[in-house]
Amino acid sequence: MELVMALAIGILFTIGVYLILSRSLLRIVLGTSLLTHGVHLLLLTMAGLKTGSAPILGKAESYVDPLPQALILTSIVISFGVTAFFFVLAYRSYQVLGTDEMDSIKEAME
Amino acid sequence: MSNLLVLPILIPLCTAVLLIFLRGKLRLQRGISVVSSVLTVLMSILLTEHVHKEGILTLQMGGWAPPYGIVFAGDMFALLLVTAASLASLAILLYSISTIGEKREHYYYYTFYHFLLAGVYGSFLTGDIFNLFVFFEVMLISSYALLSLGGTRLQLKETSKYLLINIVSSTLFVAAVAYLYAAAGTLNMAHLSLRISEAGQGGVLNVIAVLFLIVFSLKAGLFLFFWLPGSYSAPPAAVRALFGALLTKVGLYAIIRTFTLLFVDNAGPPHSLILWMAAATMILGSLGAVAYKDIPRILNYNVIISVGFVVLGLAAGTRDSLDGAVFYLLHDILAKALLFILGGLIISAAGTDRLSGMGGMIRRYPLLGWMFFILALALVGIPPLSGFAGKLLIIRGALDAKLLTLSLIGLGSSFMVLYSLIKVFRQAFWGIDVEAERPMVSMKGSLAVAAGLLVLVAAIGIGAEALFAYVSQAGSVLASPEQYIQAIMKIKE
Repeated sequence: MELVMALAIGILFTIGVYLILSRSLLRIVLGTSLLTHGVHLLLLTMAGLKTGSAPILGKAESYVDPLPQALILTSIVISFGVTAFFFVLAYRSYQVLGTDEMDSIKEAME
Repeated sequence: MSNLLVLPILIPLCTAVLLIFLRGKLRLQRGISVVSSVLTVLMSILLTEHVHKEGILTLQMGGWAPPYGIVFAGDMFALLLVTAASLASLAILLYSISTIGEKREHYYYYTFYHFLLAGVYGSFLTGDIFNLFVFFEVMLISSYALLSLGGTRLQLKETSKYLLINIVSSTLFVAAVAYLYAAAGTLNMAHLSLRISEAGQGGVLNVIAVLFLIVFSLKAGLFLFFWLPGSYSAPPAAVRALFGALLTKVGLYAIIRTFTLLFVDNAGPPHSLILWMAAATMILGSLGAVAYKDIPRILNYNVIISVGFVVLGLAAGTRDSLDGAVFYLLHDILAKALLFILGGLIISAAGTDRLSGMGGMIRRYPLLGWMFFILALALVGIPPLSGFAGKLLIIRGALDAKLLTLSLIGLGSSFMVLYSLIKVFRQAFWGIDVEAERPMVSMKGSLAVAAGLLVLVAAIGIGAEALFAYVSQAGSVLASPEQYIQAIMKIKE
């Protein structure tokens, strides 16, 4: 299971970095959100995977650590907020600067 | 008493939420903001006094004993920074009331202001590494909003850049937390410190330490500061003052806290990396401060120099230099707030931020000019002003640790600070009066605020002896983290 997770994390990071390095602001936003998804999976994997266990102490023989799930929940909420802000900012830049290409934004300033 | 520890976070947080509902009632918003800031100042002074007498305050959220629950820990280092930050933020708030403009005030300027403060105080007081991430984000998202508020072209461009860099570094932060949790099995900083010292810091933990160093350096502007001069130039002067005074200091606090509490190995690769980064930051910052000819950039590079200087104190790692780092941080929070306020006043008086368009303002604005001059001396560290004690301790500590080259770089960067600020002073205040026809800009209120801050800066210098009792208490916790660990973990027994 760890291997599958590791591959998934790697793929998400790859696509995320690729998109962040592109020119269009919209792609960059999507890239950041894929990157954060990758890191959430990383958090889950690093804390140890226990397939099929519930995060309840005492009811079952094996239980899974609830802490990483709490951390991921927090982190997801934060990344939601930041992504929403980034989208609004990108839209606003598109309105004011008339382009969503990072290169043209630079040129428009000079 | 320990429950009061949460108040420096709770007061700005509640104020911010309250202000959302008072849109349009500007007078009320201003009044509530000022009252809340004054309350925070009083509260933090009270807490500092308490910690001075009784020792480290801890608070467990929901009564969960560490290492299971979330812990807030107020040691002297954290509380001194909270006090300095609350004083600086009160002054900047008063300055921004007169300068920020009604349009920005209508769009929740004060709300974001207080959210940012809640994030800053929270980062100082938390004793849990994931909680540090959360408060960082609270602070950052408010800073995105403040940076882009107003929506000029320059602001939009710089906010996109700043936002992207911080999202990537936050992602790395979560990854670093994940690795740390896998390696040590806990997130409570005191517990982490115990686990790491049991396991010995090598291999994987060095990698994690460097990852944390990269993340915090991006926020503090330590070596990875390429985004800072541009982003901090875009917003209006009041926001610039807030960022320059507080945001980089939070990154610095995180570096100092993690590398005195968690990764304490003084011989490992992360440590030598810190040394190099401090040296490079001071050199590159000095070059930038000397090279540019517009006021915002000169001031921003001055922020970078002081970041390098404080980290020099950390890297030397002796008792003296740690005391000095705390002292210098306190001085720097207040002095940088004042520097940016005065810089903003000069720009608004001259009507341009280019040095080449200024001249001869000393006849029309004598008070502004001499305040700027005194502040320049304070920043360089001329006794009896505030920079002196911190600089002396850091340099002495660095010499004790046999870091001769780095001490020389530190002293050299001080001269560059002096040169760059005197360049501003000479160009803006001396010479021919180029704008004799320009109507005088009224700045009575702002000057009063600046004078208040200047009195504080002078008081830090003159009262250094009295303040040192507090600073050395903070330094002793940094030098021997056992006190911090015991204060948090003893409750478990």
